[in-house]
Amino acid sequence: MRYVGRKAALFVITLWGAITLNFLLPRLMPGSPVDAALGKLASSGVVITNAQRQAVEIQLGVPHGSLVSQYGQYLNSIVHLNFGSSYSFPSETVAQTIGKAAPWTLALIGVTTIVAFIIGTLLGVYAGWRRGKTADTTVTLGATFFAAFPPFWLGLLLLFVFAFKYSVFPIKGGYSPGATPGLSPSFLADAVYHSIIPAVTLAVTTLSGWVFGMRNNMINTLGEDYVTFAEANGLRTRTVALLYAARNALLPNVTAFGLSLGAVVGGSVLVEGVFSYPGLGNLLYIAVSNHDFPLMQALFLVITVSMLVAIFIVDLIYVRLDPRVRQA
Amino acid sequence: MSIVTPVPPPTLPGAEVEIPRGPAGPRLPGPLLFLGRALRTLWSNGKARIGLVILAIDVLVAILAPLLAPHSPTATSFTPYQSPNATNWFGTTGNGQDVFSQMIYGARISLLVGIVAGAVATFVAVTIGLIAGYRPGIIDEVLSFITNLALVIPGLPLMFILAAYLTSRSVWTIVLVVAFTSWATGARVIRSQASTLRTREFVTSAQFSGERLFRVVFREILPNMTSLVAGSFFAAATAAVMAEASLEFLGLGDPNTVSWGTILYYAQQQNALLTGQWLMVFAPGLAIALLALSFTLVNFGVDALSNPRLREKS
Amino acid sequence: MTLLHAQRINVVYEPNRGTRIWSVRDVDLTLQQGEFVGLVGESGCGKSTLGFALTRMLRAPARLENGAIHFDGVDVASLSGEALRRQRRKGFAIVLQSGMNALNPVRTIENHFGDILKAHAGPGDHYSAGAIRRRGAELLSKVRLEPSVLAKFPHELSGGMRQRVSIALVLALEPKMIVFDEPTTALDVIVQKAVMQTIQELQREQGFTAILISHDLGVVFESTNRVMVMYAGRVVEDQPSNELGRGLHHPYTEALLGCYADPRAEEIHLAGIPGTPPDLSKPLPGCAYAPRCPLAVEICWKVVPPLAPLGSGTAACHVRAPSAQVPEAKVAAAKAAAGAVATK
Repeated sequence: MRYVGRKAALFVITLWGAITLNFLLPRLMPGSPVDAALGKLASSGVVITNAQRQAVEIQLGVPHGSLVSQYGQYLNSIVHLNFGSSYSFPSETVAQTIGKAAPWTLALIGVTTIVAFIIGTLLGVYAGWRRGKTADTTVTLGATFFAAFPPFWLGLLLLFVFAFKYSVFPIKGGYSPGATPGLSPSFLADAVYHSIIPAVTLAVTTLSGWVFGMRNNMINTLGEDYVTFAEANGLRTRTVALLYAARNALLPNVTAFGLSLGAVVGGSVLVEGVFSYPGLGNLLYIAVSNHDFPLMQALFLVITVSMLVAIFIVDLIYVRLDPRVRQA
Repeated sequence: MSIVTPVPPPTLPGAEVEIPRGPAGPRLPGPLLFLGRALRTLWSNGKARIGLVILAIDVLVAILAPLLAPHSPTATSFTPYQSPNATNWFGTTGNGQDVFSQMIYGARISLLVGIVAGAVATFVAVTIGLIAGYRPGIIDEVLSFITNLALVIPGLPLMFILAAYLTSRSVWTIVLVVAFTSWATGARVIRSQASTLRTREFVTSAQFSGERLFRVVFREILPNMTSLVAGSFFAAATAAVMAEASLEFLGLGDPNTVSWGTILYYAQQQNALLTGQWLMVFAPGLAIALLALSFTLVNFGVDALSNPRLREKS
Repeated sequence: MTLLHAQRINVVYEPNRGTRIWSVRDVDLTLQQGEFVGLVGESGCGKSTLGFALTRMLRAPARLENGAIHFDGVDVASLSGEALRRQRRKGFAIVLQSGMNALNPVRTIENHFGDILKAHAGPGDHYSAGAIRRRGAELLSKVRLEPSVLAKFPHELSGGMRQRVSIALVLALEPKMIVFDEPTTALDVIVQKAVMQTIQELQREQGFTAILISHDLGVVFESTNRVMVMYAGRVVEDQPSNELGRGLHHPYTEALLGCYADPRAEEIHLAGIPGTPPDLSKPLPGCAYAPRCPLAVEICWKVVPPLAPLGSGTAACHVRAPSAQVPEAKVAAAKAAAGAVATK
């Protein structure tokens, strides 16, 4: 179990590193994000309470006070999920804003990423197994083609064709205007309907990465002696392809999956921006456009922490898949 | 070694025999010779060939922009919101600028950022990767930790935030921001390869023969990793092109420069799709996609160079 | 009873367009049921390639250019797909060189047995988990391994154990012929001896025809009853094993024998083989060994020597074993016998 222990330790240390980075970032930037933030808050007409001012300062940097004490206050505020107020959404705390957007992103990203991974991996296995033949060339060329599409451009194109010209899908939003968010089946159906184009956009652009990775892994694995031996012993083709080749080729891909989540999140920012989909990506887009620093900081932290958790989960799954790391 | 001329039989077994040698080859071929050979090998790979052609076209367009563009890209002298017509082949923007000329000049920024940011990122990756891979122990641990941290922190969001914080917006800011967020992947790959090579015999023998660290790294290890470094560069360049476009699209770049990303930014701002200027959306996106595609295709060739199993059967 | 009759085997290897490397040239091979043949030669001589060709395991860019392979009456050179897969049961099998890597890292040994048994299950066979375990334990005992090995993963076993597991898996196929490709090269000497002993005992008990590919003459000496020496893709000598070292041989065989010495002897005379290995992409018109051969005469550079009788077996040498098909060789041989120095 040393592997799990090591990964857990790595998780904790990296978590600390990410939080510290988040702490240092606004304090290292030129100009004074604190003043800018407070200024904007004031100009948006909100009356700033002392508590709010303090919260913002803790996040972005107090003009006075030692770095160490600020750090302590920062850590404290994070644990209590007190991120201050945002001026893009002045009527609620940053924590609340994020809380509302998170499920949308989880649903969209979560589902899309997993589906893209599964389909991409299967296609990669197929292409690698039939290396050099028409099937392989088609899949590879297709994947290369789609990989080059900037996600926001593909989103715009799909919007144009399917929402604007042919009105098959809605143009923007996560749900129809006027609908009340909730868990009713009609709302969920509406939400799914709105998420189809963003999901397809995201899936198509991330899929290709998996296809390539898996295909390359397959080709390398197919050269291994245990595959040759399995064929020499007359094992059925499907057994060799799936249980001997693919099953081993999968391993590096799983590791890569965890790391790729960063890119997926990045892509989601662009896609959600284009579709005004009410998720975390869209929130980041708004925050960045408005120079809404408190919101930006909090979002960045949430995104990074979620990624680390996801990576840790993937590491745990890896242990189930590769017996070689299970040894003490 | 081939025996072209017959060796006269020795009179006694084990006697000293003249073994014919080919001309003594240089251990590290001259850079030009090397580049020429690399290009020729890339050219022989079908996918890489297409990539090289597209890349060449982009470079030519960028260099010859003043000659190719019918009008100035920034001049607001045309009627705004025009669909493609005789004077403005791609139509005009909401500010009355010629989209076609913008497309031509846009190649410059996109290419520049892509290549320079890619190069900077690769340089950092190679430096850190080599040092970490070659020097085990505390240096390796520290560098690896930094690399892992940089890897797990989501690149695009970090980039957006950095760009939002930085008040001065110029192309070079973008280059730095992009490079800063994309060096980690290459560093990890190079580090693992360097640490594998470190334990190989030819490195150990070089060390024993007294070569200094610097020379060992550059003359023994680096030449064995050229395709890996090249692969990292092209991957970084691809990411840089997409990243620059994303930044511009979100309005985080320099709105005064003309790049394919800014065209898309204005297209989004001015609702180009609704006003019928579909080329304003279609063209820059396609150009970005093609440039990114060309880097990826060339990378296929580089991959095949380093891993013979991936080579296409000719 | 003849089990294997292979004629004019040629294997060409084309790594890229324009380069053709002949790894195996015009090899004829006939094996009786129950023979234990050794195939020796230096690295690159084509012995492993021949082994792979005979068991139809060649992979692109290598391919069988010509040749018929009649195994147990069936022309297996023309088989492919499902028919070829079926041939692996009660047919021919191969044990690979690196036992370390011949086993799937993510499956237990029991899974491995299950995969093989199920792949060749007849219409009436049903392999329950218990049946697989029983059969697995039975086969493992034949290679002197405990049934507890079944539950382990390959990385939990030592190199020698993994090599034995490979052999046990192959035995599950009840093969008539097993090719052992350098089975002990990656193992240390003590384990080597143990594994070779196991192979010999198995061969005696089960009676399968065995081909042992090795560059280690010593190993081949001890286990086989017939030795074939290969050089540059051709068979240059074919003798009963106990004849090695006695009488005249092909100059290359003698040179090989000269590379070995008894470590306990008072004086040791070690000789290297002068010259460099042949370039297989540029085959010479005559004997491939001529550039390094102390006995080479004019005819050797012009005509490839066919296998002709020498001692109890055959050899491909114009000088030592002149063939009736090449009359000029007789003249050359007479000259050589008169004046040349026979090298030992």
